[in-house]
Amino acid sequence: MSTTATPDALSPTTARGPSPGRRRRPSQLLRTQARLFLREPVTLLWTLAVPLIILVAIGAAAGGKHEQDLGGLRVIDTYVPTLAVFSLAMLAVNVLPPTLATDRERGILRRLATTPVRPSRLLAVQLVIHAAVAVVSLLAVVAVGRLAFDVALPDPFPAFLVILVLTGASLLAIGVLIAAIAPTVRAANGLGALAFFPLMFFGGLWIPRETMSDTLRHVSDATPVGAAVGALQDVTTGGTWPSVGALGVIAAWGIVVGVLATRHFRWQ
Amino acid sequence: MPIIEVDQLHKRYGSTVAVQDVSFSVEEGEIFGILGRNGAGKTTTVECLAGLRAPDGGRVRVAGHDPLTDTAPVRRIVGVQLQDAALPDKLRAGEAVDLYASFYDEPADPRAVLGALGLADKADTRFKDLSGGQRQRLSIALALVGRPRVAILDELTTGLDPHARRETWALVRQIREMGVTVVLVTHVMEEAERLCDRVAVIHDGRVAALDTPAGLIATATDGGPRASLEDAFVALTAPADADGARPWPFPFPVAR
Repeated sequence: MSTTATPDALSPTTARGPSPGRRRRPSQLLRTQARLFLREPVTLLWTLAVPLIILVAIGAAAGGKHEQDLGGLRVIDTYVPTLAVFSLAMLAVNVLPPTLATDRERGILRRLATTPVRPSRLLAVQLVIHAAVAVVSLLAVVAVGRLAFDVALPDPFPAFLVILVLTGASLLAIGVLIAAIAPTVRAANGLGALAFFPLMFFGGLWIPRETMSDTLRHVSDATPVGAAVGALQDVTTGGTWPSVGALGVIAAWGIVVGVLATRHFRWQ
Repeated sequence: MPIIEVDQLHKRYGSTVAVQDVSFSVEEGEIFGILGRNGAGKTTTVECLAGLRAPDGGRVRVAGHDPLTDTAPVRRIVGVQLQDAALPDKLRAGEAVDLYASFYDEPADPRAVLGALGLADKADTRFKDLSGGQRQRLSIALALVGRPRVAILDELTTGLDPHARRETWALVRQIREMGVTVVLVTHVMEEAERLCDRVAVIHDGRVAALDTPAGLIATATDGGPRASLEDAFVALTAPADADGARPWPFPFPVAR
């Protein structure tokens, strides 16, 4: 091995001269993890491109006809809220859990615990990155909906922000809970997929909430994605604040699941 | 004053006692070996040293600090290379060292550390494309980039080919020459015999012997010219009932 030992480079800090490195840089963890995220093309495709592809496909195929059984809305109007939440749900339950499970399974969290940085910092950084990507995707869906298909912009805007924050928090909490209870990365993948399909079904990905039977619609109202899509519908096409009930459902999921996730999360 | 003091350490998981009663101390600048069979309590002992586990009894001090309550200085002082710790597949070696350097106030120059570990030309290589030996060296680099006074190296050469193993041994000696105290956890006796100034043999959660490798060979074997540390280790860690053959364990007679 060509180890040209440079004792000064590695000498312990007691024998310190001027420090050759820089001082502690807390942003480095965020930068590194963001870079790793961007190196997963399949994830980027699913979370950034797929919602837009579905949006354009539905918009082009279903056209701008106002449908009687959609309460006078166009198909595209009902899909913008669903697709706006699509990436968030995907990131929270399909992408985040295996990522966290990998960090745990490979001993990365344990390894961090031996450094001055707490493993909880890595968890926080992952949440920030996943939330940020979800916001980018969501804004892209809303923008394309507006520009290409004349779907109304969210109004009142503060209501939109409230829905966003609540939905983001409760779906990410579900993701952390999946990572907490999944014993392996494979299990995290499986549980994530298992959660994603019912969440998005009740969020109207396959049949718009407007065409669901009353029973199905009531169930949908009680799920986090269903309630979020309903609330987003209110602020996009309705132009009103969503009901307190809908916001309450989303927040309740966030609180209950968040408590469970915090209680059960294992760092090794 | 010793840089590491472990006094009557006790740790159990549920009803299983992992460490019964372990005491030793390590002087600054030593290469100190912790030997033991699988499950003897080696890893638990170093996890208590690194502050990763709370002991159920006894006292642990690193440079005078309690790893549990005085965590900040201990995490600065101790660099740990953990058994089986991996990195994300797509993280490049250079990025990994940069990242770990960012955790410390006065880190070493990441490039210099990579160079010292023979990884200078691997800075842009992803973790998954590194060989076993290179991964192990990267792991050591991460343990050293914070310029620790103590490096804990757990099962350093497991799974390495003979060449990579010898290179790693040379590296451990260099680390010590830089003034770092090394705690080497291993069950490779040849490794301990060649590298360690002193070794503690842990057996059934207790220190069965603590001496220089030569001292252990002299006291625990017949002292013949071919006696090795492995002979001493086997003698020290034999199961209590194992003088000679065990009784036939099956409920039917041996065919004769």
